[in-house]
Amino acid sequence: MPDYSWPPPENRNLIGKRISRVDSPVKVSGRAKYTYDYNPSGMLYGKILRSPHAKAKIVTIDTSSAEKMPGVKAVQIAQKVGSTVQWAGDEVVGVAAVDEVTAEDAIRAIKVTYQPLPHLVSDAEPPAGAAETPGPLSVDDLEDMLDNQVRPREMAEQIQQYGITFKADDKTLEGLKSDGATDDVLAALRTAPVHENAESKPKSNYSKAAAQTQGEPDKAFSDAEIISEGIYGAPVITHCCLESHGATPEWTDDDHLMVHISTQNVSGIAGQMADPIGIPAANIRVHQDHIGGGFGSKFGPDRWTIVAAQLSKKAGGKPVRVMLERNSELEVAGCRPSAYARVKVAAKKDGTITGWQSQSWGTGGPGGGGMPPIPYVFNIPNQRKEHTAIHNNIGPARAWRAPNHPQAAVITMGALEDTAAKLNMDPVDFFLKNIELTTKDRQNVYREELAIASDLMDWKNKWKPRGQNISGHIARGLGLSVHTWGGRGHASDCDLTLHPDGSVDIKMGTQDIGTGTRTTILIVAADTLGIPMDAINLFIGDTLYPPSGGSGGSTTPGGVSSSTRRAAVDARDALFEKVAPALNAQPADLESVNGTVRVKSDHSRSLSWKQACTKLGAMPLTVRGKNPDKSKPPDLTNSGVGGVGMAEVEVDTETGVVKVKKMVAVQDCGLIIDLKMAESSCYGAMVMGISYALFEEKVMDQTTGRMLNPNMEFYRLAGLNDIPDLVVHMMTGKGYDERGVIGLGEPPVISPGAAISNAVANATGVRVPFLPLTPDRVLAALGQKAGA
Amino acid sequence: MPDDVKKPTEEGSGFSRRDFLKISSISAAAVPLIGTRVVEAAGTPVKVYGPDKVPIELTVNGKKHSLQLEPRVTLLEALRDDLDLTGSKRVCDHAECGACTVLLDNKVVYACSLLAIEAPGKQITTIEALMQGGKLHPIQQAFMDNDASQCGFCTPGFVVATKAFLDKHPKATAEDIRRGMSGNLCRCGTYHGIQKVIAQFTQKGA
Repeated sequence: MPDYSWPPPENRNLIGKRISRVDSPVKVSGRAKYTYDYNPSGMLYGKILRSPHAKAKIVTIDTSSAEKMPGVKAVQIAQKVGSTVQWAGDEVVGVAAVDEVTAEDAIRAIKVTYQPLPHLVSDAEPPAGAAETPGPLSVDDLEDMLDNQVRPREMAEQIQQYGITFKADDKTLEGLKSDGATDDVLAALRTAPVHENAESKPKSNYSKAAAQTQGEPDKAFSDAEIISEGIYGAPVITHCCLESHGATPEWTDDDHLMVHISTQNVSGIAGQMADPIGIPAANIRVHQDHIGGGFGSKFGPDRWTIVAAQLSKKAGGKPVRVMLERNSELEVAGCRPSAYARVKVAAKKDGTITGWQSQSWGTGGPGGGGMPPIPYVFNIPNQRKEHTAIHNNIGPARAWRAPNHPQAAVITMGALEDTAAKLNMDPVDFFLKNIELTTKDRQNVYREELAIASDLMDWKNKWKPRGQNISGHIARGLGLSVHTWGGRGHASDCDLTLHPDGSVDIKMGTQDIGTGTRTTILIVAADTLGIPMDAINLFIGDTLYPPSGGSGGSTTPGGVSSSTRRAAVDARDALFEKVAPALNAQPADLESVNGTVRVKSDHSRSLSWKQACTKLGAMPLTVRGKNPDKSKPPDLTNSGVGGVGMAEVEVDTETGVVKVKKMVAVQDCGLIIDLKMAESSCYGAMVMGISYALFEEKVMDQTTGRMLNPNMEFYRLAGLNDIPDLVVHMMTGKGYDERGVIGLGEPPVISPGAAISNAVANATGVRVPFLPLTPDRVLAALGQKAGA
Repeated sequence: MPDDVKKPTEEGSGFSRRDFLKISSISAAAVPLIGTRVVEAAGTPVKVYGPDKVPIELTVNGKKHSLQLEPRVTLLEALRDDLDLTGSKRVCDHAECGACTVLLDNKVVYACSLLAIEAPGKQITTIEALMQGGKLHPIQQAFMDNDASQCGFCTPGFVVATKAFLDKHPKATAEDIRRGMSGNLCRCGTYHGIQKVIAQFTQKGA
């Protein structure tokens, strides 16, 4: 059995070193072609007419004037008369025209009348008793869910949990299928409990999404020596990808569609387009070279891509580019669900946490969403939790880098820091005191990381009890948070070909979303084959190549490195078989190092890589590596990391302005492939954390139901002027490397918001309940303290 | 191009500025003009373009290009869609993020917020001009060395802005850098690397 395991430290020439990204040269020179840059001759410009109402029935659509305009090549209705739009900005009609300005004129020429319906865009705390237990689901309910683009898995779970009010006969299922129900949903319907006589009650905007009890919470609170109470939360924010969502589909013949699309999921797009377009997935080719950010919001084709493909069909197959305008990007292309909670924590005077109680709420748009994983990281023995989901009209939720974890951290770490303050304890000591409430495997990781982070922050010298580091109107403080994530590698197939002339190519249907996937694959392949990275041609981003998972949940590094390692080991060993006779040795006695294939015990018996490959004969040799692959142990990837974030802030108590002065991230992620890129991931995550902690919020207007800040002036991202001293420490070496490769995209973005919130509380002596920590909120909290 | 000067009259073949604004606010497509003409508005001759396509000559990276564009087309759209110079990115489209940063006579501008018709006669420099003879410009090399791009979509704008900033402020302090480069935004959060890039040059220059 070949040895697929990761090489020991002394045999790693590239793995774990600081290596520059292989796609840096094309990116820094503007030559990298993104989907938005695909500009074929004859391309038409697609534009989408969007609903101005947050909820409304479409009464009439008149596209006749637009169709007659010179230069307009196709018009496609996205939602027909009688449909109910569920959020402002929802797609109604698409047009394709010879240039962008003509397409814009055509959109203005379309007349749509709506019957506005009452909407809800607030995610304020639900009125007491408002939350209802959802009843069995009717066909209408399911149609609404499909309209609202509720994720299939979530739909299937609700169908199984609540049952249905109708018989799932073939005709009904067929109807739902034609409206977009996936096979998973249909399978759930076939086995769902049927409650045919259930009363259909008017739908509330509030549903009980969770009610969980563990241990004896009542006793824990009655026995508690101290109880800390507070309110915490994080609002809906958007993804604000710099390359907006969009695609340029074109029909290469009557039955074949080619789609250039900005996606985190190259191999998974065709399967999602097949049904709505009405051709087999095998007839759909998907391509992407570079993507300008996704952060969890670019896994599906989205309705606008389907409309663009339909427009292309009507326009004789010409490519139709639909890239969202910035306002649409912020309004419809991604919401991170909000989460807020009233929390009570019970503890002993020595700092031992004994109980947790939370009433939480939040919105994930029309689908409502679920409870974040609270209490986070610390499994408090006695708990009572209730969560109310708010179904509203702000637009559909999408996964946002580390889904639900930043919110869980803000709520939990805020509540725990408040408890520590009430106990007059240093939060580092308080967290260490309770470290045994974290999962057993990670307690030592957290201990080590807390010690390192404390050193890097100079915590022991700098930390003061709440509100005791104020000079004039500047209050200074430190804050802390810990986090966790899975990050196991996804399914990935890798084809590696050795050519008789010594050239090598790798093909994989993955994508590099800015996380360095290209570089990761090349480091692993080059280190394994013993040749330079630039001796390998890498092809990714196309459905012509073997499938590899979507880049979400930090699953890509583990996936692509594992499949590449197995392919490269098999290719190398196959080459050794062919070369061994020429070197008068056994294949097992050979190694490939620095472009030379040689006998391990006698380096004078060697062939250059090129000479060695001539032994392949006339034909190239292709092998496929897979992940997971139980037949080729060991497991090369793993799951479960821990990280610590610390922040130091200055708060101007006169203006309410928060300035982050320093941040520290200490993170483990198993075996690191490229230390430079790993650190960049953490630096970037801290910046993103400062952004969502201080500035980002999707502000909705209750009257019109529209987003008030769908632009980059008022939906503010952190800029260079907001960036403090950033310190990153990656955990490597013994205890970490041997775990295998684990993804790093999500973990470091989880703690910054909570750490900054805690630092502001430590500085000012008062909790600002909700992110973002804008001056008005800070001043309001300070005002309450002064008035108290 | 023909520059026909017509005297505005109270009621006649010409039109007053007020009429012009009224017409353009109703529908630009209704104005029966082709090419460029000059009218007198508020006592001053004013060039009127369009609304149909007008000939526009742009000098980009030292090369002249003759284009036919509607006057409402932005410089960014002309560069990207008509000249296929796609290094400058369209992100906010409202002069908020700097992803479309180009140089106009060596001055930093947001190409999304200039009309193409404002650019003739000026030297336009885009990211595509920085690499010479297949070799990265030292600033580009520094972006690579300091891992100052992730998804890379903001990067060309940052590189152009950095070059302009350093040309003007070779001895900038860290504080100057933070302030001076605040006109560009990055979503992946590559600022740490960008600060190191600029510091590398300012320290060398100091």
